Amino acid sequence: MEGDIVQMGAYIGAGLACTGMGGAAVGVGHVVGNYISGALRNPSAAASQTATMFIGIAFAEALGIFSFLVALLLMFAV
Amino acid sequence: MATGTEEHAAEGGGLAIHPMDQFIVKPLFGDGPVHWYTVTNVTLWMAIAVVALLGMFVLATRHRGIIPSRLQSVAEMLYGFIHKMVEDVTGHEGLKYFPYIMTLFMFIFLSNFLGLLPMAFTTTSHIAVTAVMAMAVFLTVTLVGLYRNGIGFLGIFWVTAAPLVLRPILALIEVISYFVRPVSHSIRLAGNMMAGHAVMKVFAGFAGVLGAGAVLPIVAITAVYALEMLVSFIQAYVFAILTCVYLRDALHSPHH
Repeated sequence: MEGDIVQMGAYIGAGLACTGMGGAAVGVGHVVGNYISGALRNPSAAASQTATMFIGIAFAEALGIFSFLVALLLMFAV
Repeated sequence: MATGTEEHAAEGGGLAIHPMDQFIVKPLFGDGPVHWYTVTNVTLWMAIAVVALLGMFVLATRHRGIIPSRLQSVAEMLYGFIHKMVEDVTGHEGLKYFPYIMTLFMFIFLSNFLGLLPMAFTTTSHIAVTAVMAMAVFLTVTLVGLYRNGIGFLGIFWVTAAPLVLRPILALIEVISYFVRPVSHSIRLAGNMMAGHAVMKVFAGFAGVLGAGAVLPIVAITAVYALEMLVSFIQAYVFAILTCVYLRDALHSPHH
């Protein structure tokens, strides 16, 4: 019985950790949206900043991936 | 998660294919325990990726011509793309490390794409695989930084552009973010690959349950497949470009 409650808590926690994805989504959307609004104002400078955009996406995404990591740890390691 | 395919199938209803089953590491011959020297499906698909990579570049560069053949132009495009990326991000000195970054990119790129084949195994979906690559990058960057700048490499933790009061706090944050790099670097790739390929298998499960009338899941799986091809490329690109960014820190460190 006790183990069941612990497992239930772990599963609920894993589900809650998925809300972190929303944060990553906001971050990635913000980066790309600003890139596009900048690119439309000055299309000639856009190509040189694509790499920077991907780096920004990667950093924003990393924090969402950490929530995935928390979910994985709760599912398999706790 | 502990339940396997048989139990799910036995329940009747539900998914006949468990979406996470594709990530099980099993020995290629027989089914004994997996030791570090056991030849598993991971070994097989890594070998296929390496052979494909070697074959592609050897064949592409065998009959080089002024007017490139199709395979030659593919190889030239990939080479030029990564070469330009390394030069843009790390500067001219970084070109010394171009072969390493090209190898990393091509291996990850081919592993991701080969994983999209039906019945294939995605080696990069395992944190064990990506962690080795990320740790190699981390150690390379740290050693290159220490070798080139000596103890001055630690200057990247001491942000001279910030006010003096803030610098210890920033140093702490910088140290943490430096040591988290291999973690985020490896988990980003593994997580993206695992999640994307699991989504495809979930839709395949829907199609399997609906049988012949499964038009909607098949349309959806086609769209997801196209998205996965994009993600496969972008994740290989992101891995390579982050390696370049880390290398840039090591090559031109103290003035930041």
